[in-house]
Amino acid sequence: MTDTTDLSPPPAETSVFQKLGIDTRLLGMVAAFVVLCIGFNLITEGRFLTPRNIFNLTIQTVSVAIMACGMVFVIVNRHIDLSVGALLATCSAIMAMTQTDILPTMLGLGLNHPATWIITIIFGLLAGAIIGAFQGWMIGYLAIPAFIVTLGGFLVWRNVAWFLTNGATIGPLDSTFLVFGGTNGTLGPSLSWAVGVALAAAAVLAMWSGRRAKMRHGFDVKPIWAETIMSIFAVASILGFIAVLNSYQIPTRRLERMFEAQGEVMPEGFTQAYGLPISVFILIAVAIVMTVIARRTRLGRYIFATGGNPDAAELSGINTRLLTVKIFTIMGMLCALSAVVASARLANHTNDIGTLDELRVIAAAVIGGTALSGGAGTIYGAILGALIMQSLQSGMAMVGMPTPYQNIVVGVVLVLAVLIDTIYRKRLGKR
Amino acid sequence: MTTPLVEMRNMSISFGGVRAVDDVSVDLYPGEVVGLLGHNGAGKSTLIKMLSGAYTPDSGEIFIDGKKVSITNPREARSHNVETIYQTLALADNLDASANLFLGRELTNAMGLVDDDAMEAETRKIMGRLNPNFQKFSSPVSALSGGQRQSVAIARAVYFNARILIMDEPTAALGPQETQMVAELIEQLKAEGIGIFLIDHDVHQVMRLCDRASVMKNGQLVGTVNTSDVTDDDLLGMIILGKAP
Repeated sequence: MTDTTDLSPPPAETSVFQKLGIDTRLLGMVAAFVVLCIGFNLITEGRFLTPRNIFNLTIQTVSVAIMACGMVFVIVNRHIDLSVGALLATCSAIMAMTQTDILPTMLGLGLNHPATWIITIIFGLLAGAIIGAFQGWMIGYLAIPAFIVTLGGFLVWRNVAWFLTNGATIGPLDSTFLVFGGTNGTLGPSLSWAVGVALAAAAVLAMWSGRRAKMRHGFDVKPIWAETIMSIFAVASILGFIAVLNSYQIPTRRLERMFEAQGEVMPEGFTQAYGLPISVFILIAVAIVMTVIARRTRLGRYIFATGGNPDAAELSGINTRLLTVKIFTIMGMLCALSAVVASARLANHTNDIGTLDELRVIAAAVIGGTALSGGAGTIYGAILGALIMQSLQSGMAMVGMPTPYQNIVVGVVLVLAVLIDTIYRKRLGKR
Repeated sequence: MTTPLVEMRNMSISFGGVRAVDDVSVDLYPGEVVGLLGHNGAGKSTLIKMLSGAYTPDSGEIFIDGKKVSITNPREARSHNVETIYQTLALADNLDASANLFLGRELTNAMGLVDDDAMEAETRKIMGRLNPNFQKFSSPVSALSGGQRQSVAIARAVYFNARILIMDEPTAALGPQETQMVAELIEQLKAEGIGIFLIDHDVHQVMRLCDRASVMKNGQLVGTVNTSDVTDDDLLGMIILGKAP
């Protein structure tokens, strides 16, 4: 008699998505986003999914999305930052004063000096880093709850910005600085294609070298068809996005002005596409760097470990106080970077810049699957969250929905998203 | 006479006026298991946390291999090859087994980036030795059973060449089979010359696994006995009455 007891491990669940290695949560978000876009497109009779609107949507999302990347680290580490919008305003004020007053007049570089933009941005990043580190120090070393420190910061930095500028709008900003705003600075078709191809190649290379490394250790890997499908999907979405941005033509009137500005006359029938905005390129770079930090560095590992179990992290010899300072320093620098994009987009520093951004940023991170209980969250999720929020907002505006309804819908969507996420996590935990 | 691996002399610590540990001395020799017994709040865990670096003593001296050392944080304890397996397991639930095993000591590649594949390969090796049935290498440890979690915690201590191992109620949350597995593991580690402090409530378990037992009550040391010289009831008497037999 042979032993009929089955000693082999239970058959693994083999849904297509698991074989492809996509997490179902991300899939749900992408699906929600697609439904949203198609819905608005139908209601607006095709005006929502035009290259023009997609272009505008992406540049409107950048500022919040950059900060949402930092907010993921903050929330994963079981903290919160209510001061990001105010911090953005202070950084913006400092940078506006640097480029319109301190550098040109006090240091005598004159207006639109070629080095102005970089010095300005360095000043801004420094200011953001110092303020962020200071808040992080109060949270980590003085053990004041992050909610209180950043609620105080929300009032302080909003009004430091006001005090510095006397509430005045400062502008026009440096002409080179303005290229970071979006419409005024795009890479044009050929350079955009180059960036797209480089990104697609990097994505495919990363996937396949990861697979090779796993095989070298003798681990299980995804079937080759799944890997191929994912590669094709990645390449198609990157190049598709570039193609859309490249098909948005600069309006003729604007082109004529650009030629006039250089003292030339525009040739008859000349056209030129926008391509990838520099601000979006910055967001992509931030997303890649932050994802690498989250997944492949000790810093990122410690952020997630501390969020999962602060005692375990402490007992493992992780300096959780210093970690808090580092996280808020990164958050501060990203606020400064967002300030560059936001003020350049407006071509001025305004007193109300970044107002309510803290709520948009937190909402984007949370809709993107960052758990407020800590320990879980992704950078791509937060960016997708920001994109969903922005699409919802501008879609409703396009449909002509009155402003109060718009805000009510956004609020309801935020709560619903978290509800769905809670249910999803519970199911996952029980399985 | 051999030098003790660890000697803790006249250790005291207070929290808000309460003397949690009051002038306690214990020692541990290589290849020996010393049980620490006592009621809840007797001060066993607090005593041992001064060795693992979680608490800094108010007074007292710690000698390792006969040399006086100062341990003020977990990193310093680790540098003296003191590894601790905590009662609460001290695992980050959201991370997988290898991330937990290497937490605070990640393997990195030439570019300084965390090398998850190399860590998983090492984890597979050590788990193959400690718990060959363990297969869930890519799940977060929240998805593991109590015994599996315990084996991850033990693997963490063993992998980094612990010479002094502190186990705080290692079998508290485990079923009989898993308890047996931990018991076998303790025998194995003992044979390798590792000294183990075992904190436990269970007198029978201490009698079975330990060479000596130190009993504490109300922050003070009642006495230290060879388990071969006493009965279960003698030990119980020490715990309850606070008097040496």
